[in-house]
Amino acid sequence: MTEETRTETKPRKNAFVLFIHKLGSPPWFYGFAGKLIPWLWLIFGVLAAWGLYLGLVKAPTDYLQGESYRIIYLHVPSAWMSWMIYAVMAGLGFINLVWRIRITEILAMSSAPIGAAFTLVALASGSLWGRPTWGTYWVWDARLTSELVLLFLYLGVIGLYNAIDEPRKAARAACLLALVGVVNLPIIHFSVKWWNTLHQPSSISFTSGSSSIDPSMLWPLLIMATAVKFYYGASLLARARVKLLEQDKRKTWAKNVIREGR
Amino acid sequence: MDHTPFIVGAYTIGFIVLLWNAVAPLYKRKTIARDIRRLIQIEERSIDSDS
Amino acid sequence: MSTGQATGSMGRAFIALLRRDLLLAFRRRTELLFPIIFLLVVVSLFPLGIGPSMELLARISPGVIWIAALLSTVISLDAMFRSDFEDGTLEQFVISGHPLTLIALAKILTHWLVAGLPIVLLTPLLAIWMNLPEGTLGVILLTLLLGTPVLSLIGSIGVGLTISLKRGGQLLSLLVFPLYVPILIIATAAVMAAADSLPYTQFLGLQTAGLIVTLTLAPFATAAALKISLS
Repeated sequence: MTEETRTETKPRKNAFVLFIHKLGSPPWFYGFAGKLIPWLWLIFGVLAAWGLYLGLVKAPTDYLQGESYRIIYLHVPSAWMSWMIYAVMAGLGFINLVWRIRITEILAMSSAPIGAAFTLVALASGSLWGRPTWGTYWVWDARLTSELVLLFLYLGVIGLYNAIDEPRKAARAACLLALVGVVNLPIIHFSVKWWNTLHQPSSISFTSGSSSIDPSMLWPLLIMATAVKFYYGASLLARARVKLLEQDKRKTWAKNVIREGR
Repeated sequence: MDHTPFIVGAYTIGFIVLLWNAVAPLYKRKTIARDIRRLIQIEERSIDSDS
Repeated sequence: MSTGQATGSMGRAFIALLRRDLLLAFRRRTELLFPIIFLLVVVSLFPLGIGPSMELLARISPGVIWIAALLSTVISLDAMFRSDFEDGTLEQFVISGHPLTLIALAKILTHWLVAGLPIVLLTPLLAIWMNLPEGTLGVILLTLLLGTPVLSLIGSIGVGLTISLKRGGQLLSLLVFPLYVPILIIATAAVMAAADSLPYTQFLGLQTAGLIVTLTLAPFATAAALKISLS
């Protein structure tokens, strides 16, 4: 084999590709995630504290809704995350089904309970926001109803994953279900939407320049929306590490981790 | 109507759920660590009995 | 799992499977009756629980009939693959070399003929019981004719995913009901619009589109689900 005939245009493994490959190794992922998690929690904590301060203390009282609108700083980011996490879960699930990459399966299944938690928070906070604002604890409007159906979809994925004994088979089945769910989500959302409209029309639009919400009320919302993504990252990596440890109980790397107290 | 109980209630529920979700992996890890320690003990015992 | 050479054309295989499954279904006629009886019982529970006011029943009738149809379908879904899974025939189908999608489609068709079509045929009776508004019987029949195949199609994905579980039936309902929500909303919207003498054909159009899309996509998902369950 003549080395001289190899052209310079042939790409060597760059750092990014190398990084992706390393992620596939459980012990490497375990260590890397372990280092990353504290930073993610820290950033979440700082952003959340700042956002909540701006939202609960500094933002002015709403002309129409009084103080209760402040619940949006919890409700809206939670709702956004509940949808985003489902999409991420389905995306990871798709990669898993097509390429059978174990780490994507671990990340997808670890995302499910986090997404369900956000959905619960969105539902509860939405309900408590509804009582002072529109008079009832529950209303079958488009957003809350979609959120409820989303919760059922999450519970289905989690239920199916827990019901099948063999972990990789269980993950594949749950990933397929998540994919079927994600295809249905827009359909569910739109069919529920025109079916009832009591919920406030969306006061934030990313396409138009202006929004009907005052900047001093908008900023805390955007900060909380960012903060909550770091929460997801930290929680996801934490759950993924534990799941890897659990599945690889008998492997040497797991035993070494416990021996060395990592 | 005073809105504060609703705000407090919403944030409390949110806090509890999100805290539980953040902490749950830690509990799971304790259980798994215990299992792995047991497996290590079994392994070391069989090495001792072999030697 | 290595696949063998498929003998005979796909069309022949499809028809053969269809005939076999329909024959098996008719041999167990009494088993087929249960979802139908369930349908009748569920609908009759509503007047019993809500009171016999004809006006009230009329207002909720489209939803009640459709919900009963959903529940009855879910009860009958498990039978789609259960016996073939348990005696190993399903694995034979996978090895046979015929596309699993086609096999899934044949089974879905059987399920619809045996469980979905009876719902459509019984609807006039249900309409009488629930005092369905004047002039809407045709509309609700159409929605059910267009909708029940979709229920079978989407349901088959759920069955495919849960067939390897012992108590798969319970989980199946949780999996499948959220996916049924749009169908329920659109179908009942059509009937309620017709009841108020408002235009309703757009809903039927949506249902038709939904049927076509589901017909093309669902069997693939079902086949994938079966492959996972059998692995």
